[in-house]
Amino acid sequence: MSELPFGITQKELRIGIGIAVAAAVAALLPLFDQGYYLSLSVNLMLYAALCTAWTLFSGPTHYVSLASAAFFGLGTYAVALGIESIPFPILVIFGALAAAILAGLVGAATLRLSGVYFVIFTLGLAELVRQVVTWAQAKYTGKTGLYVFTDFREMHIFWMLLALTVVIFITGWAINRSRLGFAMQIIGNDETVAKHVGIDTARSKILLFMISGAFIGIAGAICAPRYAYIQPPSAFNPNISFLVVIMSLLGGTKRLWGPLVGVVPFIFVMDFVSAKLPNQMPIVMGIAFLAIVYFVPNGITGLLEQARAKWQARTAAHATADKPAEAHP
Amino acid sequence: MSAYALSVRNVRKQFGGLVAVNNVSFDVFDGELFGLIGPNGSGKTTMMNLISGALKPTAGEIKLGHERISGLSAHHIARKGVSRTFQLVRVLPSLDAEENVMAGAVFGHQRLWGEEARKLAHQLLERVGLGGRAHMPVSAMTYIDQKRVELARSLASNPRVLLLDEWLAGLNPSELQIGIELIAELRAEGRTIIMVEHVMDAIRTLCDRCVVMSSGVKIAEGGVAETLSDPEVVRAYLGDDDA
Repeated sequence: MSELPFGITQKELRIGIGIAVAAAVAALLPLFDQGYYLSLSVNLMLYAALCTAWTLFSGPTHYVSLASAAFFGLGTYAVALGIESIPFPILVIFGALAAAILAGLVGAATLRLSGVYFVIFTLGLAELVRQVVTWAQAKYTGKTGLYVFTDFREMHIFWMLLALTVVIFITGWAINRSRLGFAMQIIGNDETVAKHVGIDTARSKILLFMISGAFIGIAGAICAPRYAYIQPPSAFNPNISFLVVIMSLLGGTKRLWGPLVGVVPFIFVMDFVSAKLPNQMPIVMGIAFLAIVYFVPNGITGLLEQARAKWQARTAAHATADKPAEAHP
Repeated sequence: MSAYALSVRNVRKQFGGLVAVNNVSFDVFDGELFGLIGPNGSGKTTMMNLISGALKPTAGEIKLGHERISGLSAHHIARKGVSRTFQLVRVLPSLDAEENVMAGAVFGHQRLWGEEARKLAHQLLERVGLGGRAHMPVSAMTYIDQKRVELARSLASNPRVLLLDEWLAGLNPSELQIGIELIAELRAEGRTIIMVEHVMDAIRTLCDRCVVMSSGVKIAEGGVAETLSDPEVVRAYLGDDDA
């Protein structure tokens, strides 16, 4: 077999083809249904993108960010503010930049501190940004919300989110192969060693947080046309931050595809619960959070890996148990 | 002898009211194996941490060649060419031996990447006696093998000054012999090494010169034999009666 470009291995090529096929199949979905299932799939794809982007940063660093709503809202507002005069794709880029800059500032201020401060800071930040936007909007426009009218329909948003998810996966894969990815692996193992082999640990973490934030901002920008009427409480909804954390942890954050394994079942369960018990949603969310932390602390992918290790150990034990005759000649 | 590889000038480190290192000065020549010794709590490891940038001196100056490195952060100092091992061995448990060593090659003084870094890692693993075990998980290794991985990682950056913080501690007698030979080989290659050590045999066989610290101050400096027989040094180790 001839050499592949960029030093891509056969296994990576197979996975890449698998993802391309899966994405192509998913892209056909709007041709079959444009109602309930499409709407459910948009949610699914949105959280697939958000959780994978969140895991890019929080997976290797173990810092739990609750700032997703702030990045998402900035993306949404970038579109809402400019949709009258500026083309949509450029607004998406603005949204990404705004989110990346905010992530950079937060990172520079907090990533030198330990994890707990980071969690609290990001939670407070999301709330602060929401309040500032609410205040600025009331003071300068005299309105409580902004209209976003576009020609996009649900299926277009689905396709954009699908494309975004694929791009996040490719980015994650590229990072894992880069110096930055290797640096993050070392930082995750032992930050003292990382510093002493010459890694600027703060810079690496900030860079990764900015990449992750930018993708969440893009997701927010893409979703703006879906909401049509944008208000701070919906764009900066703190539930987004919490749901992203719950689903990512449910799936597992050690692998790039881990969050996806959490998103799919969670979205279905959430849809069922919100249809049957709309008033009990927060309770269900809380219970889900507790259950995940207690019963699947390493996520579903963690359970799968444990099971695989056990299975391998058992087959290895069988293999040696079958051979005593050879061992004693 | 040639130029100074590292010079420490009037360095002081204070933790609140405790002065861990008090106005210590010494120079290390290029290609020299320099010992830093003293009883427990004398400030040797603090001195190492000041050189590697894990701690910043309260006062004084540390120079690498002609460049001032005191006050820089650890990763800057590492890139300028100081690498170290740790008193309690620190390997990267989720990575294999090869990746552990590559960490030093990729981010340190010489910044290699890809095949080049991998090749160097293999050479160094061979060099420290771990040839053929490149893909063994380091968590499954014995203590001395982990120490070997750590040494290979420090060498991978091709440092101008190598700091060994009690690298020989905790080894059994036969391992100790292997360890001493390994360090002697590095010295023969012309590496500049500063070692903190409790194993006096190793200091006697290996070091060109040494500094003795006690309670944060330098009490002696010079050739190993005369320094170790200095009455002040004997008193620091054994107490007044034996001096």
